[in-house]
Amino acid sequence: MKKTNSAQYTIFVLVLFTIIVPFIPLILWSLSEQWFYPAALPQKFGLRAWNYIFSTAGEQIIRGLVASFSVALTTSILSLFIGYPAGRALGLYNFKGKKFIALLLLLPIVVPPLSTSMGLHLWFLHLNLTEHFLGVVLVHLTFCLPYSIYVISGVFSDFNPDFEAQARSLGATSWQVFVRVTLPMTLPGVTVAALFAFLLSWSQYLSTLIIGGGKILTLPILLFSLMDGGDRPVASAISLIFICPVFVVLAASAQSLGRQGLRGIR
Amino acid sequence: MFTAPASRPPVSPKETTLPQKSIILLLTPALLVVVTLFGGGLVIGFFQALGYQPGIEEQSLSLQHFITTLTDPDFTTSLGLTLYIALTSTLISAIASILLAVAINHWAANNKIIHFILQIPLAAPHLVIGISMILLIAPSGFIARLCSFLFAVDVQNTFPILVNDKWSVGILLVYIWKEIPFITFMLLTVLKNMGNELLEAGASLGATKLQRFFSITFPIIRLSLGASCCIVFAFTFGAFEIPYLLGQTYPQTLPVWAYMNFSDIDLKARPEGVALGIIIAVIVISTVLLSEYLTRTPNRNR
Repeated sequence: MKKTNSAQYTIFVLVLFTIIVPFIPLILWSLSEQWFYPAALPQKFGLRAWNYIFSTAGEQIIRGLVASFSVALTTSILSLFIGYPAGRALGLYNFKGKKFIALLLLLPIVVPPLSTSMGLHLWFLHLNLTEHFLGVVLVHLTFCLPYSIYVISGVFSDFNPDFEAQARSLGATSWQVFVRVTLPMTLPGVTVAALFAFLLSWSQYLSTLIIGGGKILTLPILLFSLMDGGDRPVASAISLIFICPVFVVLAASAQSLGRQGLRGIR
Repeated sequence: MFTAPASRPPVSPKETTLPQKSIILLLTPALLVVVTLFGGGLVIGFFQALGYQPGIEEQSLSLQHFITTLTDPDFTTSLGLTLYIALTSTLISAIASILLAVAINHWAANNKIIHFILQIPLAAPHLVIGISMILLIAPSGFIARLCSFLFAVDVQNTFPILVNDKWSVGILLVYIWKEIPFITFMLLTVLKNMGNELLEAGASLGATKLQRFFSITFPIIRLSLGASCCIVFAFTFGAFEIPYLLGQTYPQTLPVWAYMNFSDIDLKARPEGVALGIIIAVIVISTVLLSEYLTRTPNRNR
């Protein structure tokens, strides 16, 4: 048993170290006021970058946060509502042409957003959807929806429809069956689907840039312009803010999935 | 390739059927959105690449933009670079993931903390990791500073160039860091369902560790490995942010080149950018279909 423990410990340290490494320079830079090469650590620690974000540039950052958040929230809610029935169909039933439909619905997960966004740009230009909130939501929906369908179909392939039949045989209406049986049973997986659709939209850069045309200033767009500007402390601090929801989502989904974990989710 | 992320054997009877009408009802909203937005985007892009311009009466459509792009000497260079980045990061991630998944399954199958922290790279935005990679490995980055400190010599001139470099080291590192957990989780699902019985049977028949791996474990994880590698390849082939941030100015990867053309001040370059976008989509879709064809098994529903 001792050997297992030390092996487990080695794996743990190795994984933890590899995952933590990229966060070290971000944290150090965001807290540095003076860090000339080749000092290993900042000569002067301080909160200049954080102060800048929350006071001088506060308004811009807040607007970026609000833009990112509202786009991601709308996209994930839409993905959930449209993806839930489709996920059920793909996860639970067999039907003619299922393979083809599954492929069609899931292909947008792997086809890069770049390819579709450029075509959609011309179309959205016509519909006055470019540089518009709704246009950005729609272009994010193109790949967030298929992603939700993928996760939800996995949830339904673990779902036993006999429970619904039992509820119906006890006289429950379709709506009651859904609210009292189906929804509670699939809720943990569905929450995870929604959370990850949110993250997917939250992390988008290029499709937002193409359709939003620099008018919908989400956090990634601000971040890119800051990196070009070369202010490392501020870019680091915003990077850390930008990555915050990741930890919130992971903690929430660990909570909601319990011991089942997050296997196969991307 | 799109097998459901089932963590345990499905409990639902697979012969479950529903009237055709209800199935159509369930699928219609999603199909409408995907066909309109995804299909529409690609089709309009294709016509734009053929030279279609809205508002012009007489349209002359031709393959000219595709031909110009494909015969541009830069195309081969760019395709080569993109393939190099996608294949190398997929291959290294796959090998590391096999080792990691087998190790975790063997020694730490129930360690929840490892499973939790492994999810961080999975969900972290590429952009943030790209930025931190610059701060980490650039010639004036954190590692160079640490080296200067530890060896008490200025290494700025001797430190290898790892960002915006010829071998795309920075890009590869970001992708490998991001994708190892993804493949590892896909493999762990299969390894957990496999159980230990087969390996114990192999051991009792005198198979060595390597023999057990190659004749028991590998055949079992093969499909899942192929599917996840295909997704990683498709992603790294078509991604924009990381090569844009960490790549050289020349040659550029196909997606970066496509966007550069698309956003060029000279609007004449735009159809060529869109054509490149379509070419990228065709390459990615062909890869997926090919892997779907190669990994198909007779009795699979999905």
